[in-house]
Amino acid sequence: MASITYRKAISRVLKETLDSDPRAFMMGEDIGTYEGAYAVTRGFLDKYGPERIKDTPISESVIVGAGIGAAMGGARPIVELMTINFSLLAIDQIVNSAAKLHYMSGGQVTVPLVIRTVSGGGNQLAASHSQSLEGWYAHVPGLFVVAPSTPSDAMGLFRTAYRDPNTVMFIEHSLLYGAKGEVNDDPDFTIPFGKADVKREGDDVTIITYSRMTHVALKAAERLSHEGIEAEVVDLRSLRPMDTEAIVQSVQKTSRAVVVEEGWKPMGIGAEVSARIMENALEYLDAPVQRVASLDVPMPYARPLEQAVMPDEDRVIEAVHRLF
Amino acid sequence: MKVLSKPIMEKWQYTDLLRQMLLIRRFEEKAAEMYMRGKIGGFLHLYIGEEAIAVGSISTLQPQDYIVSHYREHGHALARGMEPRRVMAELFGRSGGTSKGKGGSMHLFNAELGFLGGYAIVGGMMPIAVGLGLAAQHLGNDSVTLCFFGDGAVNEGEFHESLNLAALWNLPVVFLCENNGYGMGSPIQDTFAGTDIFRFAPVYGMNTPGKIDGMDVFEVMDATREAVDRARKGQGPTFIEAMTYRFRGHSMADPMVYRKKTEEEEWRNKGPIIRMKRHMEELGLLDEAEMQALEAEIEGIVEDSVEFAESSPVLPHEAIYDDVYA
Repeated sequence: MASITYRKAISRVLKETLDSDPRAFMMGEDIGTYEGAYAVTRGFLDKYGPERIKDTPISESVIVGAGIGAAMGGARPIVELMTINFSLLAIDQIVNSAAKLHYMSGGQVTVPLVIRTVSGGGNQLAASHSQSLEGWYAHVPGLFVVAPSTPSDAMGLFRTAYRDPNTVMFIEHSLLYGAKGEVNDDPDFTIPFGKADVKREGDDVTIITYSRMTHVALKAAERLSHEGIEAEVVDLRSLRPMDTEAIVQSVQKTSRAVVVEEGWKPMGIGAEVSARIMENALEYLDAPVQRVASLDVPMPYARPLEQAVMPDEDRVIEAVHRLF
Repeated sequence: MKVLSKPIMEKWQYTDLLRQMLLIRRFEEKAAEMYMRGKIGGFLHLYIGEEAIAVGSISTLQPQDYIVSHYREHGHALARGMEPRRVMAELFGRSGGTSKGKGGSMHLFNAELGFLGGYAIVGGMMPIAVGLGLAAQHLGNDSVTLCFFGDGAVNEGEFHESLNLAALWNLPVVFLCENNGYGMGSPIQDTFAGTDIFRFAPVYGMNTPGKIDGMDVFEVMDATREAVDRARKGQGPTFIEAMTYRFRGHSMADPMVYRKKTEEEEWRNKGPIIRMKRHMEELGLLDEAEMQALEAEIEGIVEDSVEFAESSPVLPHEAIYDDVYA
């Protein structure tokens, strides 16, 4: 087991895929010559050539639509949308086509497509470039949505995503590319969808989260430990399907829950998780579920303001304190 | 229609084209009747008047080729060989339908025939056609994709994204614009600032024969055959603009207040079936008895489709959850 960055892990699993399946190819904006906006595809064009590493025009709708068509036609496209903000230009293809063709065809066609994209804020890119819209896609039946927080999860979930016959939104986070962790290079190491991971065990409170907020929650948990509160951190990893059982099991143990997400609170992931807790474990709760999310505003540009909008350790700790 | 003094094909080939157009016409007339009787729900967009385009173009395809279309696609589905009874059952929402009653009129599919969907979002099929072309290129097979869309799609961004990428990557796709002059109830001159849609083709470096007469099955065949051959030889995409007219409203719900009766009458006289019939009679390839026999044969097929649809059950409710994920 070697320790590598999240960027390197995704890069490695992409290469593993391209090396093992000639049907696979990648397309997206600036993934070839430019080597990827986040340098995930560095060296890919040289290694695999322009037939398999396709630089596209800035045309998100046809990038995804062509991915859908290519998948239906027997190829195995891996599509990159530079950020989830730009996915809005392709949302018709994602929601009206990719998510529905299997159903609308009565099961005749499948769309084995992986759409990689990058979510989240923290780079001072302001309101149109800092959103966490994965919940929008998790709303739609017919899609799978995963959002790994570690290099190992990224590799395991990508392998599952690529092998799955359905369309998968694979949500990366721009602030995680430098995060390091141990990975498993065994191509058979996969992580099933709908399987959360307990990243830290604890008996006093459950913090349910995903993607970059997992790391914020873990740091908050360390600080809470100093004051004698042991938090269990449940990393959802997969938003659709969501691991209700893991959430409920942990809440049954701790009787307290905080949901931490980088998106907005209204109609968000936290709302969904709270509803599942209420539906399945209400009688175990000692206090109302707390939600920590970005402030309900478009993201401001100025660094101190941006930092104030996004959830941090302090806000997670405050939320935990409200439960006791 | 070009005036020809002698046949250019075997008699059975003429009859086959006429049979296909007539089947689409009678099938849809029956579907309209079933809609009025409450057997069919939702939207029902009839292709009546435009049959020459589906029949002429699809007749030039090979079994390995793909078709994607819009929501007015019963004609394309039947021309590709989808069973009328399965299509009618789909319109009825029954389990014997092409999508087991989950897709309806606007979402017909037959994967075995490469008929990969009616798409009910205007322009939505165009990026997918590009992708099917991309798959053929990537996998090194010789499938060609025929993409139908209407004049309404021209004002969607996906139209431009798709033409550009197909031309840029030299993909085996034939874009066939069925210009019937109206996007729902809006005449094209109220929605399109340009004059001719096909002029986008050279802008994107794409081949085009320009405007063709979409009411003339032979003209459609000739233009499409050339385009399909070019695509199959790796010479890239082609854009065809076929001028046509829908004799009926946008959907069954359309009161048709926006068109003049004289305009409708004028186009009806240029209709693809009337012209084909007249043409065959002039060439001595069709007489009254043969026409009656053909009508009777088609009536039988259409009646059978309704009987099949009527007798096919609706899926049990448990099946609602099937096919969400593969």
